[in-house]
Amino acid sequence: MAAEKAEIEKLKKECDGLRKQIETARKAVNDGDMKGASSGVESVGRVQLKKRKDLKGHLAKIYAMHWAADSRQMVSASQDGKLLIWDTHTGNKLVAVPLKSAWVMSVAFAPSGNLVASGGLDNMCTVYNVKAASPKTLRELDAHTGYLSCSRFLSDSEILTASGDTTCCLWDLETGKQKVIFTNHIGDCMSLALSPDQNCFISGACDSLAKLWDVREGACKQTFSGHTSDINAIAFFPSSNAIITGSDDTCCKMYDLRADQEVLHYQDSGLNAGVTSLALSSSGRLIFAGYDDFNCHIWDTLKGERVGVLSGHDNRVSCTGVPEDGLGVCTGSWDSFLKLWN
Amino acid sequence: MQEETAGVPIRTVKSFMSKIPSVVTGADIVQWLMKTLGIEDTEAMHMGSLIASQGYLFPISDHILSLKDDGTFYRFQAPYFWPSHCWEPENTDYAIYLCKRTMQNKTRLELADYEAENLARLQRAFARKWEFIYMQAEAQVKIDRKKDKTERKILDSQERAFWDVYRPVPGCVNTTEMDIRKCRRLKNPHRVKKSVYGVCEEGPPSQSPIHTPALHSRKGTKEDVEKEIQFLNIQLDRHCLKMSKVAESLIGYTEQYLEYDPFIVTPDPSNPWTSDEPSYWDLEASKEPSQQRVKKWGFSLEEALKDPLGQDLFLRFLESEFSSENLRFWLAVQDLKRRPQQDVAQRAQDIWAEFLAEGAPSPINLDSHSYERTSHNLQDPGRYSYAEAQDHIYHLMKSDSYSRFLRSNVYQDLLNTRRKLSTDQGRRTSLEKFTRSMLYGKSLTGKRITGLMQSS
Repeated sequence: MAAEKAEIEKLKKECDGLRKQIETARKAVNDGDMKGASSGVESVGRVQLKKRKDLKGHLAKIYAMHWAADSRQMVSASQDGKLLIWDTHTGNKLVAVPLKSAWVMSVAFAPSGNLVASGGLDNMCTVYNVKAASPKTLRELDAHTGYLSCSRFLSDSEILTASGDTTCCLWDLETGKQKVIFTNHIGDCMSLALSPDQNCFISGACDSLAKLWDVREGACKQTFSGHTSDINAIAFFPSSNAIITGSDDTCCKMYDLRADQEVLHYQDSGLNAGVTSLALSSSGRLIFAGYDDFNCHIWDTLKGERVGVLSGHDNRVSCTGVPEDGLGVCTGSWDSFLKLWN
Repeated sequence: MQEETAGVPIRTVKSFMSKIPSVVTGADIVQWLMKTLGIEDTEAMHMGSLIASQGYLFPISDHILSLKDDGTFYRFQAPYFWPSHCWEPENTDYAIYLCKRTMQNKTRLELADYEAENLARLQRAFARKWEFIYMQAEAQVKIDRKKDKTERKILDSQERAFWDVYRPVPGCVNTTEMDIRKCRRLKNPHRVKKSVYGVCEEGPPSQSPIHTPALHSRKGTKEDVEKEIQFLNIQLDRHCLKMSKVAESLIGYTEQYLEYDPFIVTPDPSNPWTSDEPSYWDLEASKEPSQQRVKKWGFSLEEALKDPLGQDLFLRFLESEFSSENLRFWLAVQDLKRRPQQDVAQRAQDIWAEFLAEGAPSPINLDSHSYERTSHNLQDPGRYSYAEAQDHIYHLMKSDSYSRFLRSNVYQDLLNTRRKLSTDQGRRTSLEKFTRSMLYGKSLTGKRITGLMQSS
């Protein structure tokens, strides 16, 4: 027993040694900083957006929203037990999906527009066919042992989920079975984002770490630390080389995958609220981050400066999303309304 | 944080009215805060409001928990009811409370509309338990009757204020609301606290204590540690790109795509959400791509293939060179990934027959290694059997065909025709410009038109 213990100790020392080496390697490539490099870039000035649409229809807190690939339809989930699919151009509600469990926390639209997924405290991800005459439950993906915090479709046959049980999972929708389970986080997984080429995805968790995973292999490829509290929101920079995270520690951070470290952080001494959600403009130049202070603040991604604010909600902003055509941004809030801005 | 700020220190602000027991004016509170904490009046108001919104003090004649810097009377909440006790009052408690209020014949205890609605709802919800709740309420009323009149007045108001916090008046923000995902960790003492007064931490934020030890101590067994070492070695072997290069690449990307970002550069002819004019969408959907769009296909192969029109043009170019099999293979594999399971095996075989088999009609150039691996994969065909082959072909297209495509006449002509079209538009007559701007609404020319109309 003692011999084994000693061996484990030796191995742990090796781990620590490797970690130090990695830190040194990271410091070695740190030959400049983003702020300095971007000082030459033209400023975007003050970004003042106007509210273009007010989507009223939910009766309780909105917890999540997701744009459809056509940049026209959008689905929102509220704790009034309904999913609503909106036509954002007209403001009309197209489909209402009643949920078995009202404690919904996540919603996703399939790229085809045929399917919608939602889940929450019921620990399940339910997939609905919304092109049928009335929304039909296609599958109930039941294997997580914790709440479902986020889900994203790869296609009509595969979906990724993130859960409070600290794992993420890739499911096959035809069989309803788990294909790959991604374990490495030691805190509830709060959010995930798929890379544009769908080969990898990133997850943010309550252990304050962001991780990059290979979808097919199931392995954690990279880990990013730096936050001091739960990471609630995560997104890919459009070039796929960097990721942005938002946390309860009131900061957003950008990590570059190639430099394997933090590149920039977005923090303001006047902001004391946690970040609940975030989305990027199509060029990646702007970050729209929703906060607990009822506002959505806009950041210049390259310079790290706050360049605008979207005020109008009467309670915390719980979800933010920019459609694929990048024409506007949608914010959803606990005040039960969704607002479209540009 | 509430414990530090509220409570005992403020209590020393003395109450004075005789008829209305134990009150304090809003102005007094603000003054005291300013004096004791040495802060400005706006800061004192802000702090006071925060304290009030949490329910530590409340206005005696209102249900809305805020602070006014005037003669409005406030009362302090009884320590028993303080939020710091982490109350999560059940609906049964609320039901007993509302029931109690209806039993006492006092105008000041009459239920407000929303309270009556709540009571009705609770009666339906607790139909079976109602007898029990009623009895509890009766017992409470009996006890209350025994108390001193003034004391009762104070206690009643404090109790009401408590419920104003946990069952707020509709329209007020419920400050006790927690994100349900974080609820079960509420009592975690290690949760990172944020400064209420906007005080920023100097220097880098320290690691929260719970995270560092947990990270390392999780790996207990020898196997776990060995896995960790393996992972770390891979990390170490990874080539880290220099920060300066990273910055360069990120800046480069945004600069290139900036003109395509509707938040930075207003799209041409207009952003449909702003102008309520769908011409932008019509143009995007039409078979005539704008010059800007054609230019984007030159950014990378991904961009060209992402756009159906770009993909179409690239395919036609390759067909003219008799080298379209690579792209057709790539497209077939993309399609295979989205097929329903029952079709997969057949499709996979079809793809093999078309592109890879001996004597295939559209043979693609695959290296022997990938060829071996793919044929092995096909023994058990799945959606991703061709993943490696697809990657290989993609890189071939990227390094070879794509660059030729960009230099080709068919692409260059389209790019320049589009450019020519926009200069053509510049030469249109002023009348045409007038009608165009009338159709497309808010534009600079619109302003000039009004000027014209006024002068004529």
